[in-house]
Amino acid sequence: MAMHFADEAIVVTNPEVSSVRDSDRILGVLSSKTKRASEGKDPIKEHLLLTRYSPERVTNGDMLAVDDVTEILAIPLLGVIPESKAVLRASNSGTPVTLDIESNAGLAYMDAVGRFLGEEKPMRFIAQEKTGFLKRLFGGK
Amino acid sequence: MAFLDYFRAKKKNTANIAKERLQVIVAHQRSERTGSKLDSPDYLKKLQLEIMDVIRKYIEIDQDQVKVELTQSDDCSVIELNLTLPENQ
Repeated sequence: MAMHFADEAIVVTNPEVSSVRDSDRILGVLSSKTKRASEGKDPIKEHLLLTRYSPERVTNGDMLAVDDVTEILAIPLLGVIPESKAVLRASNSGTPVTLDIESNAGLAYMDAVGRFLGEEKPMRFIAQEKTGFLKRLFGGK
Repeated sequence: MAFLDYFRAKKKNTANIAKERLQVIVAHQRSERTGSKLDSPDYLKKLQLEIMDVIRKYIEIDQDQVKVELTQSDDCSVIELNLTLPENQ
């Protein structure tokens, strides 16, 4: 319903097959069944927000990379939110994660908002952090 | 254990598999979407079911014996109904 009258749409997806597939289906609905589509107006402006992204797993070949997802969905990227424990913590306590300025996820969401409003912000948290030999050997966090 | 993972041989690259699967799924999904125009997928299915109900009143028939297709040429659309009747009727 909200979708029907939309002028812009932020499609939120995880780097998983089921999620990307659903997003593609939603993009199909956006371009064919909405008010703008049925009246033949300019199409809805689409943005992609990729969440729960884990650069380490991408490097290990365990997760679809940003480029894979943008290639498949073929819409402009608004932002990438890294997988973060802060999200569940914020959700549990009912406070927006954007208020948690110490979390990467919160910062990434603020970046995405900035980009949506037209600011230039470089993508963050999409490259793997360098970890030392010992940390790799014994695990961390 | 991170200690063992470090020495373990490289695992299969599942991200590549995911990408290939997605490309197939999405291509299929999109062909369904554009294959029959006129927002048809849902209403064609419904049409087929209703036609089947009517036919079933008179003849016993399976779902795969009725085919409803919508084709579009320049200025007209054609709904084609293909019905295979069982021989012993």
